[in-house]
Amino acid sequence: MRAQRRKGPASAVVDGVSFSLNRGETTCVVGESGSGKSVTARAIMGLTRLEPALSVSGEIWFDGKPLHQMDNPSVARLRGRDIAMVFQEPMSSLDPLFTVGSQLTESLRRRHGKLPNQNLRTRLLALLSDVGIPDGERVLRSRPHELSGGMCQRVMIAAALAGEPDLLIADEPTTALDVTVQAGILALLERIRTERGMAVLLVTHDMGVAAEVADQVLVMYSGRIVENASADEVFESPRHPYTAGLLSCVPALEGEKPSVLPTIPGSMPSPEQRPPGCAFHPRCARSADRCSTETPLQTQKPGLEYACWNPIEPTFLPMPTADVPTHTAQAPKEDAR
Amino acid sequence: MTTLATEPALLTLTDVSKHFSIPSPRALRPTERKVLRAVDGVSLSIAPGETFALVGESGSGKSTLGRIAVRLSEPTSGTVTFSGQDVTHYSGRQLRRLRPRMQVIFQDPLGALNPRMTAGKIVAEPLQAIGGLRGSALDDRVDELFRAVGLDPAQRLARPRTLSGGQRQRVGIARAIALNPDLILADEAVSALDVSVQAQIANLLDELRENLGIGYLFIAHGLPIVRQLAQRIGVMYLGRLVECGPADEVLRNPRHPYTRALIGASPVARRRARRERVVLAGDPPNPLSPPSGCRFRTRCPQAMDLCASQPPPTVEITPGYTAECHLLQ
Repeated sequence: MRAQRRKGPASAVVDGVSFSLNRGETTCVVGESGSGKSVTARAIMGLTRLEPALSVSGEIWFDGKPLHQMDNPSVARLRGRDIAMVFQEPMSSLDPLFTVGSQLTESLRRRHGKLPNQNLRTRLLALLSDVGIPDGERVLRSRPHELSGGMCQRVMIAAALAGEPDLLIADEPTTALDVTVQAGILALLERIRTERGMAVLLVTHDMGVAAEVADQVLVMYSGRIVENASADEVFESPRHPYTAGLLSCVPALEGEKPSVLPTIPGSMPSPEQRPPGCAFHPRCARSADRCSTETPLQTQKPGLEYACWNPIEPTFLPMPTADVPTHTAQAPKEDAR
Repeated sequence: MTTLATEPALLTLTDVSKHFSIPSPRALRPTERKVLRAVDGVSLSIAPGETFALVGESGSGKSTLGRIAVRLSEPTSGTVTFSGQDVTHYSGRQLRRLRPRMQVIFQDPLGALNPRMTAGKIVAEPLQAIGGLRGSALDDRVDELFRAVGLDPAQRLARPRTLSGGQRQRVGIARAIALNPDLILADEAVSALDVSVQAQIANLLDELRENLGIGYLFIAHGLPIVRQLAQRIGVMYLGRLVECGPADEVLRNPRHPYTRALIGASPVARRRARRERVVLAGDPPNPLSPPSGCRFRTRCPQAMDLCASQPPPTVEITPGYTAECHLLQ
């Protein structure tokens, strides 16, 4: 997978977003609603082509192929095979009139064509047991309304896996689910990523979810990527004030409890009302004169990019459990389990 | 908080149940109905100026219990006592007199605010209808309320659509506090908001509690926000209150296996804090046919034979702290 660059129309919902995804890694796109994370995800899938209001420019390279130059039928052939997507609302992504079995069969045929019945059944059951559904026989005969939300999301993931994709895009896959069910789905995504070595792009608004599963984190604000770094960097030493702000306003379950939660004043501007310069500067405590006039450039260091004129300097001192890294700028990477 | 013993409770629910009779899904005969025990024998009390949080998965009965607490719905059995009065079977005029003292803030502010009314009118409505204010007294009070919730009084003319999510929720809060209520039911009031805005609204709710002495019944599914706001926590599972006690205690040293699972499953936005992820087996069972004995036993990692045959006892751990589990005996 190669780098991509995308620019939108005048009031761009997503503006100058470039990043690359690596095989076998989970990349989380985090940001608040309206930051452009879903549009970015859908653009990779080529789904933005179906929306007349959106024009997408720039380059999207997938496995050496220029998706941005391909015509719609060619992109459609990739969809559900090489690139698959899981959406937020599992219940509304499945067709209520068809059984799970027939919907999964459709997904299987995208890669394997027509399969003999016996073979098909074995594959369907294998898929379901892969996503942690033990009583596959029953589920295959069920229609979506007979299943719980967590079960439906497992079915959606099974459908996405049926095409044996190289890239799985999951747009808020656990947002509609309870935390206990969410934990199961996240564990499942992580297991199949390591087993199949595919790349996962997970869009989420929940910093907690990103902390649990991400190898790489892209932080988006008002249509731009403000920080792109390894998860360890982002969570332990965020450079962009917005990233730091996002992290500090999430209340913790352990440790000291602040009497008042830290907040970021104001709210995110819509694309039409995006201020000049850095879009975050009206809400930023570190903003300087320059921030309101000049759009910050991406500062690139190995494994670390951020768009800020006045970034937070990394401090490695207050790290309670780990050894303090002395000569590397990068925190030790935890193994992906 | 230990205020319980000394101060009379603001709201007390005693052995409250709410059962719904619904047609059996398989029966074509409409006479065959099943009973859904949405809330089953729950007792709790909220002190004045206290935030009591109800947590649990969807379908656990938290919202149903919340609606009973503010008498938007009548319990099937049990009693609801609000500042010393038994309000369980209040209706019509009696309820209307009670309403100013108990208000609700909803999850989706856009759905809870009339799109055709301006923000100012929305906040003024209860003041006119029940407070009897008009003219400049009304205007002044609306301005005061706007400032109290961090809105610019100039935004009185804005309609909900043109406000941001956080501002809408502030309008909803201004309306709820307009008549100086003693109790506010906040049903997932911050769940739909973005994190930076969620923190703002959480701080506002807490500030109002301190300044105005409002008690909250705070329904949420996110534990971190509950830890920040609540003094006491009740954990619900399939209609039962399985653990109930001081917030810090419950979160630091949970006694019920379900509470432990909930805490373990909550994602934490810290890399170093990554803990062993607790994955509960399966989904919550169908509330129409809950498991025998302990309702949690089908997903409980520590279930024993006893759990299937007998419902667990309510064990008092310390005064004001209870949990329902066979393991605690």
